[in-house]
Amino acid sequence: MLSLVTAVIKPYMVEAVNEALKGAGVAGMTITEVKGFGRQGGHTETYRGAEYTVEFVPKVKVEVLVATEDADTIAGVIVAATQTGKIGDGKIWITPLAQATRIRTGEMGIDAV
Amino acid sequence: MRRKLLAVPAISGAVVLAMAAPAYAQEIPEGVASQVILDNIWVMLAGVLVFFMQAGFALVEAGLTRAKNVGNIMMKNLMDCMAGVLAFAVVGYSIGFGEEALGGWFSWGGLGIPGVNDADASSGYLNLSSSTFFFFQAAFAATAATIVSGAMAERTKFKSYFFYSLVITALIYPVILAWTWGGGWLAQREYPFSDFAGSTIVHATGGWCALMGALILGPRIGKYGADGKPRAIPGHNIAYVVLGALVLFIGWFGFNPGSELAADMYVPQLAVRTLVAGCAGAIVAMMLNWVKDGKPDVSMAANGLLAGLVAITAPVGAVSVGSAVIIGAVGGFIVVLSVAFFDRIKIDDPVGAISVHGVCGTWGTLSVALFAQYDDAFLGREDAGLFYGGGLDQMWTQLIFVGAAFIWVAGASGLLFLAIKHTIGLRVTPEEEMAGLDIEEHGSPGYGLDTVTGGLPVLGAASATTPSMTG
Repeated sequence: MLSLVTAVIKPYMVEAVNEALKGAGVAGMTITEVKGFGRQGGHTETYRGAEYTVEFVPKVKVEVLVATEDADTIAGVIVAATQTGKIGDGKIWITPLAQATRIRTGEMGIDAV
Repeated sequence: MRRKLLAVPAISGAVVLAMAAPAYAQEIPEGVASQVILDNIWVMLAGVLVFFMQAGFALVEAGLTRAKNVGNIMMKNLMDCMAGVLAFAVVGYSIGFGEEALGGWFSWGGLGIPGVNDADASSGYLNLSSSTFFFFQAAFAATAATIVSGAMAERTKFKSYFFYSLVITALIYPVILAWTWGGGWLAQREYPFSDFAGSTIVHATGGWCALMGALILGPRIGKYGADGKPRAIPGHNIAYVVLGALVLFIGWFGFNPGSELAADMYVPQLAVRTLVAGCAGAIVAMMLNWVKDGKPDVSMAANGLLAGLVAITAPVGAVSVGSAVIIGAVGGFIVVLSVAFFDRIKIDDPVGAISVHGVCGTWGTLSVALFAQYDDAFLGREDAGLFYGGGLDQMWTQLIFVGAAFIWVAGASGLLFLAIKHTIGLRVTPEEEMAGLDIEEHGSPGYGLDTVTGGLPVLGAASATTPSMTG
């Protein structure tokens, strides 16, 4: 059984997550620059004396493919690496996956991770 | 411009500069020939610095606008210079510096540049040859023209902008030249106008054209919220803005000291006054903006530098270095308030060109009447400024000068933009504006056609240039 651990984190936390996940034995991950808002909403800035609202805050989305039994541990590793206790730390969710394939070899399931 | 030789019948005379020609070199003292060559080479180099300002304007305007319009704004900066120089060569220069006509309200010296094919032909201005003087003046004409593109950025049709560029350098700017540096009615007053390097003649002319253009165009989509309050549309590259402002700073050491029109010991003084005014403008703009909005905005500090430089351009020949600091500082103060003012009255100027060039150019021109201590060769007397016992005589002239320049430039450019609006159209369609002018007006984006695909042609990229999507 496979799961996808998805974390939306502060962009400058990518390095810490990378090191922590490698330390936990994760063999690969995908990161994407994303924008969004959570409970804190956007924030207001000024530019040349006029105000503007940043509705969508820049974040990085980290995706890690893991065996389902490891998913909670991996999520815990990410929390430990990124938690500051301040608003905007981000969110993690785990999704069950139907299948995965390693393109090079055609291996499927847990062998593809 | 210093010490214009009014006695010489302008450019039509084509007076031969014997001393510049090697064949005549033995007949005159060697030092004199060296001075003539030095004068010409210095003013040539100053002209090169002024042309370098085109790069500064292009960077400032590109940085303060959005990435989807970067190709368009660079193209406008390129073409207003190219079209402007040729239009100025064919008729503008002649209107500016030809034989006086209509009682000093116009001039004409025939099509083209008299004497330009003869290396020794005098321009009638000090030791400068026809070619030197034209080259320097063409750089100034291109500066007046390019100021406007920033205020009208992100929504003006390219072909309409191109047509406007021809008219400002062929007619609108040259008429101001005819009244002033060309020796017309403002130079013939009992207390003649003083505008050493063109706070009003060049900068306010560009600034007031920018005002009319931005006014007639209307604001960019999204600039004002449903509540009518101005909303910021941040530019896409602040590094370009600062780099551009510094390029303009360097160019100004051709603009002001070059306007001496000679290589003499006044040139370094002009450079120092220019230097300190720019620094004071940047610092005061930063401080005021910091107090007003809580953070020191980078682009407003850059605008402050330019405001200080525009302000010192008129008084640079007549004021002390201390006065130059004050004049530049006031320019930096004014520009912050002026940008907020035009924002509030719904004249959308993405780069602050109206405030920097129109408003601070006018301030600089009036500051002559307050701070003038030295004779800059326009004033014809020392201590002409109010603060040095000169009374208000010069202020009346300067007020008439800036008022007349505003009425002519705003009137003529307003009619021009309205005529364009009702014929070929001034503004792109809302769909084009939202998609960006790069693809719609020019066929390809300024950035990033290849960043996703590594330069491989893909269907998505190719479809962006199909005729069905071009405006």
